[in-house]
Amino acid sequence: MSKRIGMEIAFAAAEAVALCRPDVIAAYPITPNTHIPEHLSDIVAEGRLDAEFICVESEHSALSACAGASGTGARVFTATSSQGLLYMQEVMPIVSAMRLPIVMAIGNRAISGPINIWNDHSDIMVQRDMGWVSLFSANGQETVDMVVQAFKIAEHRDVMLPVNVNLDGFQLTHVVEPIWMPDQQEIDRFLPPYEPYASLHPDHPLSMGTLGLPEIYNEVMMARNTALMNSKKVILDIWKEWETLFGRRYEPIESYKSEGAEVLLLTMGSMGETAEVAIDELRREGIAAGLLKLKLWRPFPFEELREAVAGTKVVAVADRACSIGGPGGPLFAEVRSALYGEPERPIVVNFMIGLGGRDVMVEDFKKMIKKAARAKHVRAECAYEIYGVRGS
Amino acid sequence: MSTAKKQPMGFIENFDLYAPKLVEKEEFFTSGHRACQGCGEALAIRLMCKALGKDTVIANATGCMEVISSVYPTTAWRLPWIHVAFPNAAAVGSGVEAGLKALQRKGRIPDRRVKTVAIGGDGGTVDIGFQALSGAMERGHDLLYVCFDNEAYMNTGIQRSGATPFGASTTTAPAGEASFGNKTGKKNVAEIMVAHNVPYVATACHSYPLDFMNKVKKARKVKGPSYIHCLSVCPTGWRVPSEACIKMGRLAVETGVFPLYEVENGKYRLTIETPEKLRPVNDYLKLQGRFRHLSPDQIQMFQDRVNLEYSKLMNKVKHSRSWLDM
Repeated sequence: MSKRIGMEIAFAAAEAVALCRPDVIAAYPITPNTHIPEHLSDIVAEGRLDAEFICVESEHSALSACAGASGTGARVFTATSSQGLLYMQEVMPIVSAMRLPIVMAIGNRAISGPINIWNDHSDIMVQRDMGWVSLFSANGQETVDMVVQAFKIAEHRDVMLPVNVNLDGFQLTHVVEPIWMPDQQEIDRFLPPYEPYASLHPDHPLSMGTLGLPEIYNEVMMARNTALMNSKKVILDIWKEWETLFGRRYEPIESYKSEGAEVLLLTMGSMGETAEVAIDELRREGIAAGLLKLKLWRPFPFEELREAVAGTKVVAVADRACSIGGPGGPLFAEVRSALYGEPERPIVVNFMIGLGGRDVMVEDFKKMIKKAARAKHVRAECAYEIYGVRGS
Repeated sequence: MSTAKKQPMGFIENFDLYAPKLVEKEEFFTSGHRACQGCGEALAIRLMCKALGKDTVIANATGCMEVISSVYPTTAWRLPWIHVAFPNAAAVGSGVEAGLKALQRKGRIPDRRVKTVAIGGDGGTVDIGFQALSGAMERGHDLLYVCFDNEAYMNTGIQRSGATPFGASTTTAPAGEASFGNKTGKKNVAEIMVAHNVPYVATACHSYPLDFMNKVKKARKVKGPSYIHCLSVCPTGWRVPSEACIKMGRLAVETGVFPLYEVENGKYRLTIETPEKLRPVNDYLKLQGRFRHLSPDQIQMFQDRVNLEYSKLMNKVKHSRSWLDM
């Protein structure tokens, strides 16, 4: 039976990881994800989890150790943030190419410079094309649920890819929330022990991570892309199963008061919850505004996005990262590209907000939505603004 | 130094003559790989695998050995083998070791000891992989790390590494009008591993195959970290004929440029006795294109460095005691 508890979300994420019975955890400290591995090491030290906890000397080694351990057929977990994730970068595409089902929690944080420990999504956006499944959580409950789901998605024979679960640094990692924590029996029923497709053992020697010449590289890339695109079906099935077991529904894009909306705000991560309040107030003011919350970043839910925005006039995309010198925020670019082929498409505008932990209030969302409602079709590079810049 | 010159008398006196017959016939690093002719590193790996035996998992850093042995869909490895990237063989090895340990404890794989061995070239060990190596050794994994040191980034075209010897001409530390090539001495990673309190550290060379294999076997037995630094002659990068590979390794030892020793729990021991008076380094240098440009003065500087390093080592051989006796 699930139990309702009040707990810091990072701790709750660690408890959820422990319920999944990982064999190896390798992590290196960096704010703000640190409480996750800290609490996991507590759980191991208390004897509640039988796992090897490797205190590696860097994030590069954290993911590398995960690769080695996953190669042996162990269930592995790591967590990081910001510069740590960037330091892992070299290994990020390799583990997805090697089809190693590693699960990683990312306490999202701005990347330097200037050095800044607070939340935005610039760390994970750098990893956009690394071939991982990428989930975005909006609150503590979703974090706990997604961490467990992530292992099942990653290890599914039709997926066999690493999965990252994104939770906003501080806004989520350091916040105490009421959470329904599943119990061990429930998780054991949901998540069977990991049966690796291939593993490193002398009884069946094999080579992992071999050299791919130009004659094979294209085909490998095709296979990787196909695997990631096909993972959506598995993710949807697993989310359906989760809903049956736990009664909590997950969708690639969650809609809030979007029916009949003329302006839709699209968010990722925790700010969706603040935006809900803004939508409520705007609706009371008689403005037909609605909200979309993206939970599945990779594979990108093109179909669900098109369905979600059908009939609306304007989509205001809230990005928590910049694509400097590019067409706007990374989410914005994706949305525009997803809608480009549609005969009837809404105007898409972009606000880059909450960068480096800058607070985004209900009033800010209301202002953005009202401004978006007046928007006209413009070129991509004219359709974005970094919201709330002082002195502008 | 050749064992063939000895008169076949008793088995014990001529152990070196018989010992090769005792070497495992089974090949775990097979022929058909794409190494250059006369590659010392490929030979060393083959010998290492024989000494390690079947119950081994290899984590390989990016470098010559990964490139020549694993062109998809072929592989030269008959041992379970994983390659991830350049700087992280020791970290990947740490993960392999931890994974095997956990799975064995939980009864998910057979209950017998499987040794994890991480390997890399000098670049992947003394430079870009140094942090991962230090971390893995400090954490005390049951992991053997073997560095196959051919003294430059040979895979990418003979660029200077932290293990390149003084005076060698490389493609990024070339000799020219205003330079005599590499200006720094070789980083002594074996010593640094001793400073990590690693219980077994050794230097080795493929030109002394039994010595090398014995060290690998000893290191394999250690239930914890161990480190072997194996000088691996690269005829391509050293600019020597491919048939000179074994000879160059022998000369490196006989001149004292690369002494073969082991450090067991802090106690130093020369495993290949060098002659009372070392051969002059020029016997070794003059055969190699990478040192061709050195003037007599520079050769003397090289000699002075070797003399000093050798004296430092002999001082430790004479005076060190095992930690176990303290």
